Amino acid sequence: MSLASRETEEMAVRDVINQTLDEEMERDERVFIQGIDVHGRGGTSNILKGLDEKYGRERVRNTPISEVSIVGSALGAAATGMRPVVEIMYCGFLGVAGDQLLNQVAKMRYMFGGKLDLPLVIRTKNVMGANAAAQHSQALHHWLAAIPGLKVVCTSTPEDTKGLLKAAIRSNDPIMLFEHGSVYNETGQVPVEDYTFEIGEAAVEREGEDVTVVATQAQLWNALEAAEQLGEEGISVEVVNPRTISPLDTETIAASARKTGRCVVVDDTPLSYGTQSQIAADVSEEAFFDLDFPVQRLGIPDVPTPFSPSLENEILVDTDDIVDAILTLA
Amino acid sequence: MSEQADQRVQPTDEERVEMLETMLRIREFESRMRDNFADAEIPGFLHLYIGQEAMATGVCQVLEDRDYLTSTHRGHGHCVARGLDTARMAAEIYGKETGYCNGKGGSMHIADVEAGMLGANGIVAGGVPIATGAALSSKMRGTDQVAVAFFGDGALSEGAFHESFNQAAIWDLPLIGIVENNQYGEMSGIDEQHPPSTHDDLTIYGEPYGAHREQVDGMDVEAVYDAAARAVERARHGEGPSLVECVGYRFEGHHEGDSEFYRDDGEYEHWKSKDPVETYPERLIDEGVLTADEWAAMQADVETELDEAIEFARESPMPDPQQAYEGLYVDGGDHR
Ligand SMILES: Cc1ncc(C[n+]2csc(CCOP(=O)(O)OP(=O)(O)O)c2C)c(N)n1
Ligand SMILES: [Mg+2]
Repeated sequence: MSLASRETEEMAVRDVINQTLDEEMERDERVFIQGIDVHGRGGTSNILKGLDEKYGRERVRNTPISEVSIVGSALGAAATGMRPVVEIMYCGFLGVAGDQLLNQVAKMRYMFGGKLDLPLVIRTKNVMGANAAAQHSQALHHWLAAIPGLKVVCTSTPEDTKGLLKAAIRSNDPIMLFEHGSVYNETGQVPVEDYTFEIGEAAVEREGEDVTVVATQAQLWNALEAAEQLGEEGISVEVVNPRTISPLDTETIAASARKTGRCVVVDDTPLSYGTQSQIAADVSEEAFFDLDFPVQRLGIPDVPTPFSPSLENEILVDTDDIVDAILTLA
Repeated sequence: MSEQADQRVQPTDEERVEMLETMLRIREFESRMRDNFADAEIPGFLHLYIGQEAMATGVCQVLEDRDYLTSTHRGHGHCVARGLDTARMAAEIYGKETGYCNGKGGSMHIADVEAGMLGANGIVAGGVPIATGAALSSKMRGTDQVAVAFFGDGALSEGAFHESFNQAAIWDLPLIGIVENNQYGEMSGIDEQHPPSTHDDLTIYGEPYGAHREQVDGMDVEAVYDAAARAVERARHGEGPSLVECVGYRFEGHHEGDSEFYRDDGEYEHWKSKDPVETYPERLIDEGVLTADEWAAMQADVETELDEAIEFARESPMPDPQQAYEGLYVDGGDHR
């Protein structure tokens, strides 16, 4: 359905998250939030402001600084009739909750013979370009996507944030939902009505003929900017937003690559073993005979994120890098 | 107080003056960071130690150069108290090549391994197991080195703390945990993060591990010194881990830019009256340990030192972007 036929409103990603959580908590009283300073501060990025007053401490629960238990107790609650939405402040802190994610959340349903639903959402954020140093600056969706049993979603735009967050909360499988610190203040048109986006479905954000760019989160915005610039030079770029990293919508992505014959994948994870590699492999397998060039990958070189702006800028992918990569193919 | 101190360990007058200077140096360093951050000179974010100076100072005063420490996201005070060079610290916080980590770490990751300072840490409680490992290594190597882990009241909720103290207790490791109770973990008070049975004495968390426990006034540098001296002495003599709680307050927000909505009325003023950088010089002057002139001269010297440190940071070059690829492995090579 095209946006044109629906009533929409202009919103920033951060406000969409707040409104969507509000609507889902209103709709279903089993939905509750827990995490560090979600009450009062409104979560790490102050996004949850106001939900505390509306839903009280019972449903907007401040936890101790205990990631194992923040994740694990939410899993137990999800297994027994509640629908928790957890906040992990920075994705690097997922490491503290490692076992709960790897061995409990991801494996519980399968090991038990598929006999229980786990309606659990873990919201966290990728951060790059904030001069926050290695432990606070990284993107880790690829790391979780490598674990069978976790569905991994990356939100990028105001529109997909609403559709994906709603779908995640209504899902009976555990969902890792990665936000990105650099897109919280991006704005765009959001349908006013209630809607969900299918977990596992990609979207073509901009149609084009010459090159496909598959991009997530901050890099999606850069890719759209690159497409705009190149459009002026007569190069027509198609931009695909995977929306879900696992399961990946290979069909939509490969169809675009087949059409344009050229594909660039760009994402804020490290190049080795990153999201780019998985997508590139899938596209190569599916569309090899229709490709004019090998799939190109853009991402973070294999180093932790350095603090100093001069060093961090060196490793970041920006719009110019995407333009350059497209030009080498076009 | 959980265990009665048998005998108070008194610093010498010389040490008292040294501790005053250290606290002043921390305060002046942090004040400059606060102001220059507000002026957008400093990238990233900052957690300042203002108000907690007596904690790091009292503890580090009793350590020997060969001892180890680990620190937190609020680590500048620990670094200064350990004797790190304020110019190289400032340079690191400014992201400059001349900084302790050549600009790779920033405010939350200052480290000087040669000085036994095993790093500030962006992960709450992340340093506690590392200090435990340093204590293990000194024991296995047969030295009398001790390891101090500084961490906040909030860190007591992490498994990393409990697992480390359990292990240190079983193995009698020379580990000293310093709980810096500044009343808050981020924007939430202790009452939201710990059960009521612990509020009056957070060292209770060390009880099941048999740690030697002391709770002290963290705004009183000599009280901290006294408890730390006993804990260090025990550790050096193979008597196992200690947990010392320093009860105090931070005068700045959790991080710079924090709205500080959570403070109660009058709370700040109450603690401000105990400000160690205000009260301690008065006390030393009253007791004739220091003259007013000497105090004025000390202030002037420290201010000059720190003005120079900031100048050094400002004027130092940014790291060459290519350094982003260096230092990951022993061979130092480029792994693109
Ligand atoms: C594992 C982990 N969880 C959460 C955070 C975010 N965080 C940074 S500081 C902080 C509060 C720490 O409180 P406390 O230990 O009392 O130290 P203080 O800031 O009061 O000095 C939190 C929750 C973090 N850095 N690491
Ligand atoms: Mg604290």
